[in-house]
Amino acid sequence: MSETILKVKNLNVELDGEGIIKDLSFEVRKGDILTILGPNGAGKTVLLKTLLGVLPCQGEIEWTKGIKIGYVPQRLPFIKDVPMSILEFFKLKGASQEEAKTLLNSVGFKEDFLNKKIGELSSGQFQRTLVVWALIRNPEVLLFDEPTTGIDIGGEETIYSLLVKLKEKSSLTILLVTHDLSVVFKFSDFVICLNKCPVCQGVPKEVLTPEILQKLYGQEVKFYEHHRH
Amino acid sequence: MSLQFFLSLICGVFIGGIAGYLGTLMLSKRMALVAGPLGHLTLPGIALALLYDFDISLGAFPFVILGIILIWLFEMRTKLPMEALTAIIFASGVAIAFLFLPIEQAETALIGDITKVSFGETIITAILCFFIFLIIKKIYSQMTLINISEDLAKAEGINVKKYNFLYLFCIAIIVALGVKMVGGLLTAALVAIPAAAARNLSKNLFQYTFLATSFGIISSFLGIWFFKLTGFPAGPLIILESGLIFLISLISKK
Repeated sequence: MSETILKVKNLNVELDGEGIIKDLSFEVRKGDILTILGPNGAGKTVLLKTLLGVLPCQGEIEWTKGIKIGYVPQRLPFIKDVPMSILEFFKLKGASQEEAKTLLNSVGFKEDFLNKKIGELSSGQFQRTLVVWALIRNPEVLLFDEPTTGIDIGGEETIYSLLVKLKEKSSLTILLVTHDLSVVFKFSDFVICLNKCPVCQGVPKEVLTPEILQKLYGQEVKFYEHHRH
Repeated sequence: MSLQFFLSLICGVFIGGIAGYLGTLMLSKRMALVAGPLGHLTLPGIALALLYDFDISLGAFPFVILGIILIWLFEMRTKLPMEALTAIIFASGVAIAFLFLPIEQAETALIGDITKVSFGETIITAILCFFIFLIIKKIYSQMTLINISEDLAKAEGINVKKYNFLYLFCIAIIVALGVKMVGGLLTAALVAIPAAAARNLSKNLFQYTFLATSFGIISSFLGIWFFKLTGFPAGPLIILESGLIFLISLISKK
């Protein structure tokens, strides 16, 4: 039985006087892939930021003591304003050149990538760079905010297969925010549905019924299972 | 070359260089808006200094601090629109200054006069600039990360408030020193233009900071030199030099 690395009890988060998260409780075990699902504005990003300690909250958030967390944000709109090489970006987090090289290789980039200017990356390359950033100093948990789905970041690989590969190599626990249902079914062990208040939680196959989805998204949702031939 | 000219050059080069370096951290529009009004707000202080005959940087300094406190307070209540506030500060600073500034000294107040710096002033300027250089160097990584994303910075345990404060403090000193060279009106340009030019030509942070500092030094040097040759006031010449470098950088970018 895997150890529990995160316990959340009665989490309430308010921003500008508005309740964004109400009474959320859940647990995460080591090695889980947990997806957080919900429509826009449901509080998914807020939840991640609260778990990171970046936003204030009421309730209990208990991480295993000394646990290292990596955060992959959804967007970094201002990063293009700064002329900066990828190596310099990683150095902002205190990474050595060696660590940067090793991590880049593990996500499929070559060493000379270190000298590339951040503003010149494609969105797929940039997203992979953000993953490397999060992996500096070997975190045990990765918090991943809505990776853009469907972006081919090289050959057949998408950001998700990359995450699965990483997880296999280093038994990462991953908390993934998404609005893509196929991702939830394909990759996650557990799902939390959020639309300001918790709508459901559990194993995707059991929990994501059309009724629940309707409640979550506020309109009729049909799910078609696509069989790969 | 007279001693006075030499002192002016040293002063100018130090201030121009550090202003350029600091300017590289002023990327977001929000921050770029800060240097301008701070300069204008110093005008009453400069007016007082000119009336009572003491160092205009000393006169400017308390007003810059006031400006920083105002910005700090306004940042807390972001419901107030920054553009309106900076416009109000702009206008108020200039208006109050001209209530009592002797008109003969208007030029010095508005566009600076580096030609009268004493030996003592030059030494103090050089030491202060060096001190600010060390601070900027120390906070550079953290400030860059904060500029990119406050969330990422906080996730790394960076105390954003503390660094923003140190950064504003550096701006305060540079603006107070800068008014000697370019007066209350042109301080924004002193900080912003070299960095903007450097940005057009740089592929990484090292080039960016190196070029911005160099362009700051070159503009000041050439501006003061041309003043010697032509007699036109140094402050505007420095800014024009800076602008020229920017234009060249823009063309070279293509």
